[in-house]
Amino acid sequence: MEFIEELKLGLYQTFILDNNYQYFLKGIGITLLVTVFALILGMILGVLVAIIRSAHDQQPEKKKGIVLRILNGICKVYLTVIRGTPMLVQLLIMWFVIWASARSTDANMIRCAILSFGINSGAYVAEIVRSGIMSIDKGQMEAGRSLGLNYAATMRFVIIPQAIKNILPALGNELITLLKETSVVTVIGLKDLTKGAMIIQSKTYQAFVPYIAIAVIYLVMVLFLSWVLGKLERRMRQSDLR
Amino acid sequence: MKKLAAVLLAGVMCLSLAACGSDSADEAVTSDAEAAVEETTEDAEAAEDAAAEDTEGAEADAAAGEVTTVTEGVLTMGTNAAFPPYEYYEGDEIVGIDAEIAQALAEKLGLTLEIVDMDFNSIVTAVQSGKIDVGIAGMTVDPDRQKNVDFTDSYATGVQVIIVSEDSEIASADDLEGKLIGVQEGTTGHQYCMDDYGDESVIPYTNGATAVQALLDGKVDCVVIDEQPALSFVEANEGLKILETEYVVEDYAIAVSKDNPALRDAINTALNELIDDGTVQGILDKYITAE
Repeated sequence: MEFIEELKLGLYQTFILDNNYQYFLKGIGITLLVTVFALILGMILGVLVAIIRSAHDQQPEKKKGIVLRILNGICKVYLTVIRGTPMLVQLLIMWFVIWASARSTDANMIRCAILSFGINSGAYVAEIVRSGIMSIDKGQMEAGRSLGLNYAATMRFVIIPQAIKNILPALGNELITLLKETSVVTVIGLKDLTKGAMIIQSKTYQAFVPYIAIAVIYLVMVLFLSWVLGKLERRMRQSDLR
Repeated sequence: MKKLAAVLLAGVMCLSLAACGSDSADEAVTSDAEAAVEETTEDAEAAEDAAAEDTEGAEADAAAGEVTTVTEGVLTMGTNAAFPPYEYYEGDEIVGIDAEIAQALAEKLGLTLEIVDMDFNSIVTAVQSGKIDVGIAGMTVDPDRQKNVDFTDSYATGVQVIIVSEDSEIASADDLEGKLIGVQEGTTGHQYCMDDYGDESVIPYTNGATAVQALLDGKVDCVVIDEQPALSFVEANEGLKILETEYVVEDYAIAVSKDNPALRDAINTALNELIDDGTVQGILDKYITAE
């Protein structure tokens, strides 16, 4: 009984007192905003890097142009640095070193977060996409080319569609990781979902309800994401079962 | 296959939730049971005590056994070591006023001191949930915190001040309206600023040093923080000044779990002895140099 009373007090203090629920609402908004735009940026970056990397790796040694070699080098450095350093550190560097002059307005912090997470996610997406492209048998490219399609057209119509089907689960994984990892934006002072719970904890000294609440909220968001991804996967598999 | 997985997952979740629930219920039950047991054994204990009084050594043992701590024989102190001169790192050691006072207290109580560095806003919760024995972090006594933890007598006075850059147009607390204010998350300064100027303009950082860094970069217009760390920060960084007007004056004390009144009383006794014999003042003087 005592536990239930405590829980009631916790729920009251966490959600109703001082309109605290607004921290959660605003927090969800910011978390989603950062995730969605970081995802878009990450996808664009990732696909670009993956195409450069796999184009480089699949060309025969003597046919590689100097431009391709340089681009490949840049991409490799990018992948090494981003995958070799913690996300938290990248965010701190972006905010306090690279973009030190920025004022702490919400808009600025969100921009910084999107940029950092996008660049970070891009590196992982790049390797996932590359693995997808590399997983398609060499014969597919040869068949496409021998049918008169050029390199870009073969990529677009033959290789990429098959690759996407293969990498969807891994891509979904990355997406989910990205959504959850946005919680580290608290260090630059951005009031996302996690910061909301932390502020409520520092106001009410209740840890149980706020943290369980955001855990549930994150879980629900992830469940929704996996549901959408599952649907997508099933549609892509439709032609498998003829 | 998917349905099976779904059912399994649901089962796991129910179990884990149930586990949470029954845990606390168990606690409640055991504490009730303990209380009952205590009552019934009180007489027996009294008799035992009387018997024990005969032997000289037993009394000393009882004195040492009076206070129970999270780890036996160790006084575990939680603090946020980015708050000079109360607590800060010197090499890999946490030093400062609070660390020395805690050391003196631990010696008085016959315990060894262990310092745990954590986020400031987690300290009260950690004390409450019994992860640490005491929170000594230049912590101000305030009613919200008192709902969750007990405080010992005060050992120092803190003042919330406003740090601005030297060329700032902010001259007093009245000018803060609409400005971006950096604070240390969970401090009383954070509370006051949120109450006075609204959530929008208050940017909470996990420690004071980061807040000051943000001020240096021009990310925020001012930082509201306790006076002593403010002095250290201003001394360490060019181009900052502290406004003459004090924002809020308050008392520092040690946070102790509400479930451990014996420890609180023991600390109070020891603390008052240390205050009376001038040890506390000595420590304060050592770190706080008058201007």
